[in-house]
Amino acid sequence: MTKTRFPPRVLIGGGIALVLLLALTLGALVVVGMQGAEAGALRPADWRALSFTLKQAFLSAALSVLLAIPLARALARRKFWGRDTLTSLLGAPFLLPVIVAILGVIAVWGRSGWVADAMGWAGLGRLNVYGMSGILIAHVFFNLPLAARLILQGLADLPPERWRVAAQLGIEGRALFRLVEWPAIRASAPGAFALVFLVCATSFAVALALGGGPRATTLELAIYEAASYDFDLGRAAKLAGLQFAVCAIAALIAFAASAPVTASPGALTLVERWDGRSLASRLGDAGVILTVCLFLGAPMLAILLRGVGGLDDLTGVVWAAAGRSLIVAALAIMVTLALSIGLAALIVALQTRGSQRAARLADLAGLLPIAASPFVIGIAFIIVLLPVADPFALALPLTAIVNAAMATPFALRILIPAIRLAQDEHGRLADSLGLTGLTRLRVLYWPRVRQPLGFAAGLSGALAIGDLGVIALFSTPSEPTLPLLMHLLAGSRQIDAAYGAALVLIALSFGVFWLFDRLGRAA
Amino acid sequence: MIDVENALIERGSFRLTATLSVPAGKICAIVGPSGSGKSTLLEAIAGFLPVTSGHIRVGGDQITARPPSERPVTLLFQSNNLFPHLDIERNVGLGLKPSLSLTPADKRAIADVLGEVGLADLATRRPAELSGGQRQRAALARALLRQQPALLLDEPLAALGPALRDEMLALIDASVLKRGIAVLMITHAPEEARSIAHLTALCMEGRINGARLTDQVFANPGPELAAYLGRG
Repeated sequence: MTKTRFPPRVLIGGGIALVLLLALTLGALVVVGMQGAEAGALRPADWRALSFTLKQAFLSAALSVLLAIPLARALARRKFWGRDTLTSLLGAPFLLPVIVAILGVIAVWGRSGWVADAMGWAGLGRLNVYGMSGILIAHVFFNLPLAARLILQGLADLPPERWRVAAQLGIEGRALFRLVEWPAIRASAPGAFALVFLVCATSFAVALALGGGPRATTLELAIYEAASYDFDLGRAAKLAGLQFAVCAIAALIAFAASAPVTASPGALTLVERWDGRSLASRLGDAGVILTVCLFLGAPMLAILLRGVGGLDDLTGVVWAAAGRSLIVAALAIMVTLALSIGLAALIVALQTRGSQRAARLADLAGLLPIAASPFVIGIAFIIVLLPVADPFALALPLTAIVNAAMATPFALRILIPAIRLAQDEHGRLADSLGLTGLTRLRVLYWPRVRQPLGFAAGLSGALAIGDLGVIALFSTPSEPTLPLLMHLLAGSRQIDAAYGAALVLIALSFGVFWLFDRLGRAA
Repeated sequence: MIDVENALIERGSFRLTATLSVPAGKICAIVGPSGSGKSTLLEAIAGFLPVTSGHIRVGGDQITARPPSERPVTLLFQSNNLFPHLDIERNVGLGLKPSLSLTPADKRAIADVLGEVGLADLATRRPAELSGGQRQRAALARALLRQQPALLLDEPLAALGPALRDEMLALIDASVLKRGIAVLMITHAPEEARSIAHLTALCMEGRINGARLTDQVFANPGPELAAYLGRG
C-alpha cells in the first residue's frame, strides 16, 4: 500500500488532542500522586471500598447481562405494536441524569415507595433500598437496557439466511438457541458485561445517594471523601490508582471483546422469524418484555407523577441552577467535539497510512478516560490552579472540561467509524480528484460525519447536564448546578421540589440531546 | 414434482404472479433481470413468504399454507447455508436430525453423502476452513440427505469461479436428478441454463407464465428475453 500524504493539520490537531487527553487522565493521576506522595496510607476502610466496588460492579454486570439475554431474545423475534419505540427507548437511560433515576428508584423501591407499600399491604417486610440492594437496583436500571441493546445488536447482525435455514430444517426451541442464538449472545455478552462492569466500577452518584457508610462505599466515593472531607490527597491518589488498575483491566477486556458503540441509533431491524410460535414461548416473551417495561417504566412514571406536583415548589434557585447546567453542557460539547474530532481524524489517518500499531495506541489513549476518576482530574486542576487562580471560581468550565474528557471515549466510538467509512469508500476518489483542504472536508467528510457529530454532541451535552460527580467537588452549595441542587433538595427533605426539579432536568438533558441529534440529521 | 398454479405473492407493493411446473428428475432454470421476482417465488415455495391466492404443490401435496419446516423442499441460499461453529459432519447431520443426536447409522449416511459430493476428508472441518465451493457442496450434501422431492437453488453458484461452477453443475446433474428430485434454479447466466436446464421459465416484471423446453426458449426468444439477452 502506498503511503498517502499526511496532512499536517491532522497531525498537529490530533497530536494536541492526544496530549490533552493524556494530561487529563495519566497526568492528573501523577500530579495528585506526587502532591500526596508522603502522606496517607490506605486504611482498612479503603480495602473494604475496593472489595465492595468489585463486588457490586460484578453483581451489577452479571444481573444486567443475565436479564438482558431473555429481553434481547424476545425483542429479536417478536413483532408488536411499539417494538421500535421500545428498542429506541432502551437507549434513553444512558442519557438520563443519574440523580433523576435515583429519585425514581427511591420512589418505587424506597421506604415509602410503591413496592414497599405493596409489600406492607401484603404483610411482607420492608425492603431497604439503601446499601447493596439499592445500588444494584439503580445500576441494573441503567445498564440492563444498555446490555440488552448490545446483545440485540449481536442477534440482529446474524445473516438472515441463518434463521431461514433453521426454519427449513425444523430447528426450534433449545436446538435453535444452541445453534443460532447462543453463539451470537456469547460473542456480544462478554463485551456488554465488561462495559457494564466498567460503568459500575466508577459509579459515584448512585453510591453517594444510595450507599455510603463503611459497608457500601465505592472507590470513587472513597476518593471524593478522602479529598473533600479529609483533604488527604495522597490517599485519594492511591485509591485512584487502585480504581485505575481495576478499570484498565476491565477496559482491556471490553476493548478485546471490542464492544460496539453504546446507545447508538443503529437500526435494529427485525428479520422474519419462524420459531417460537407456541403459546408458551409467546407468553414467556410477553412476560419478559412486560416485566422489563414495568421495571424500567415505573421509576420514570413515579418521577413524572411526583414531579408534576412538585412544579409549584420550583423557585428562582432552580432556574438559576438550570442556567449553570446549560453553560456546563455548552462548554462540554465544544471541548468534547474538539478532542474527539482531532483524535478521530488522527486515528483514521494513521490507519489509512497503514500505521496500525500507532493507530491502535491512539485508540487506546482515547479509551483512557473510561478508567480515570473525574475526581482525580478535578483535584489535579485544584492543585495546579491554586497558586495562580481560584479554581472554585472556575467551577463551571472545569466541570465542563472533566465531563468532556469523560464523554470523549463515547464520541470517538461514534465518530471514528463514520470518518473511516468516508475515507475507505471515497478517499481514493478524492485523492485522484485532488480534493484537499476545505473542499475535501465539505465534499468527502461533512455529509458522512454530520449525523454522528450531532449524535456525539447531543450525548456529550446530555451527560454534562446530568453530571453529579466532579461538580460536587468544585461547586459551593450557594451556586449549584441542577443535579447538585436536586441532591441538596432531596437531602434537606424538600422532596417535592426535588421531583419538580427532576422534570426540568429531564427536559433539559433530553432537549439538548434532541436538538443536536436533530441538527445532525437536518437536510 | 413442483407445481405452481396462478400463485399471487405480495411483498410490500411488489406483486408476483406465477404459473410453473417442474416434473420429478428435471431441472428448470428461472431467467430474468434482478428485481423481477425470481427470489420471491423461491421464498414463497419454501414458505418464507405467504401466498395470497393460487396453489403450490410439491410431489402432489398441497403445501400452500404450511410452515417452512413442514414443506418437502430444500432452499439453498447463495451463502450462509452452514452454521459456522458446527463441523461439516454435524452441519450435514442437521438434515437428518435437528437435535443432532446422531446414531452410527446416521453417521454412515452422512459419510456416504459427503463422499458423493467429494468432501469425505473434510467431515471434521468447520465451514470457515472450507472454500466457497466446498461450502456449497456441503449444503448440497445436506439437501441430498433430507431426501425432499424439491430443491430450490437461489443462485447457489453466483459466488463461484467457472471451474467450480461446472463441477457443481455436474454434481447437480449426477446426484440430484438421479434421485428424482425436481430442481428450480435461479440464474443470471443464460449459458448456465443452456448447459444444464431441461426447462427454462422467464421472469419479467413480476410475471412467470410457465416453463418451456430450454432449447426452444433460446432458439426462439420472445421480444422480452431478446431484450434481456441483448439480442434486440
